Amino acid sequence: MTTRRILLQATARGLALAATGLLGRNAWADLPRGANEAAELGALPGKKPLLRRSFRPPNYETPSEYFNDVITPNERFFVRWHLANIPQIDARTWRLAVGGDAATQELQLSLDQLQHDFEPAELVAVCQCSGNRRGFSDPHVPGVQWGTGAMGNARWRGARLKDILARAGVRKDTVEVAFNGADRAPLDATPAFVKSIPAWKALDDNTLIAYEMNGAPLPHWNGFPARVVVPGWTATYWMKQVSVIRALAQPLTSYWMNTAYRMPKGKFPVVDRFVSQESETSTPITEILVNSLITQPADGARLAAGSPVVVSGLAWDGGAGVRRVEVSTDGGRTWNTAELGPDLGRFSFRPWTYHFTPATPGGRLIMARASNAQGTTQPSELIFNPPGYHNNVVQKIAVEIA
Amino acid sequence: MNIPRLLWLGLAGIFAAGVPVSRGIGDESRVHLAVAPGSDLVQARCAICHSLDYIPMNSPFLTHAAWEAEVRKMIKVMGAPVTEPEVAPIVDYLTAHYGAE
Repeated sequence: MTTRRILLQATARGLALAATGLLGRNAWADLPRGANEAAELGALPGKKPLLRRSFRPPNYETPSEYFNDVITPNERFFVRWHLANIPQIDARTWRLAVGGDAATQELQLSLDQLQHDFEPAELVAVCQCSGNRRGFSDPHVPGVQWGTGAMGNARWRGARLKDILARAGVRKDTVEVAFNGADRAPLDATPAFVKSIPAWKALDDNTLIAYEMNGAPLPHWNGFPARVVVPGWTATYWMKQVSVIRALAQPLTSYWMNTAYRMPKGKFPVVDRFVSQESETSTPITEILVNSLITQPADGARLAAGSPVVVSGLAWDGGAGVRRVEVSTDGGRTWNTAELGPDLGRFSFRPWTYHFTPATPGGRLIMARASNAQGTTQPSELIFNPPGYHNNVVQKIAVEIA
Repeated sequence: MNIPRLLWLGLAGIFAAGVPVSRGIGDESRVHLAVAPGSDLVQARCAICHSLDYIPMNSPFLTHAAWEAEVRKMIKVMGAPVTEPEVAPIVDYLTAHYGAE
């Protein structure tokens, strides 16, 4: 979308706000019209209201006001499932099967064993859907029409996957480690949702089988009793209700690896590679790209000329670490460095703030762009791709100075 | 209840634009597609695996060819029990009521 079009929209929005007197926000203005009409706040059992994209399978995103906190509350954490039959798991009878053709032993771990037989590890990490912000794709592409809320940041506690794999006697010829969950499709003909990660990522100290989220058991809808946590990588690999872990000597053959969640090679500035699943032209999605979200002021806000304004938000990336956030209050003509808040670790959201005082009335566009330790910065133009992954284009928030 | 909480609830009411807050996963019968030739077939086939809100959510931007690609993906990849003679009426319905403008 061009800056001119945004400015025109901002002006029209300002007029509309002035006409109605509503202090509203219009963060979803660029979603498909049908997606806006269909969405409503809805509460799954055990959760608080989230913005519903679909009933079944349940896909619900976190309204942006909950990103004013660095940690996303469990009951507001987004929900995303591919397959509609999601069983209620009884923690007493649940077992995690560990094995595979590159393991020398088969294990059946109870939740109690998972919690007590392995040294617990804890870290804060962003879980972000590969298709977060797909709804803003220009042109629009089919899929769940997510806004900005198919992501969350939590403190995860669990067993290190590498310790579990060691217990299963994982061999050196392991190429990938695959996961299956307890969810099932209504039709037997539908491919099971199984995913794999490369051995090097599975053996990383930070890759967990998590049984706690923000100090509590995982909510059912977020994968109770245990899920895979792959810090830095998109949520497609974070298998919920994980029931099977397999060390593989050959790459996994699965629709969800070989066809879905892939992108053209070289399209995005990613560093992590998944060589065993790469083709000549395409690669599976890997790490989260550097990104940011403006949480204050709200899109469409009316601000007073001469009064100080706090612009704040979050920034994150795939684990290199956020190094800089810059804010523009003049539609991208000039940029100033924002102040970074507390560092909860390189996989976490990083809060930031920027202060300015608008001198003159009129419409303004506020923008933020983050850069990471690898020197990668958010792009000013969308890197379009048909599945709508990795949308990290710089956001523009329109405000009216009165 | 403190004032910020009240303010938040007020804003939440504006965000929700007067729509009810649903409870539970079972309210999908409230999703109503346009009633027209083909809608019964769409309901019978598509709703086996997913709620029908997927259709209006993905509108109005898919062309006839793009809707056909979606329907064929559901058949070939996801195993949707849609026969070949059923493809055209389903795609025509989706294009007419939820297609690109």
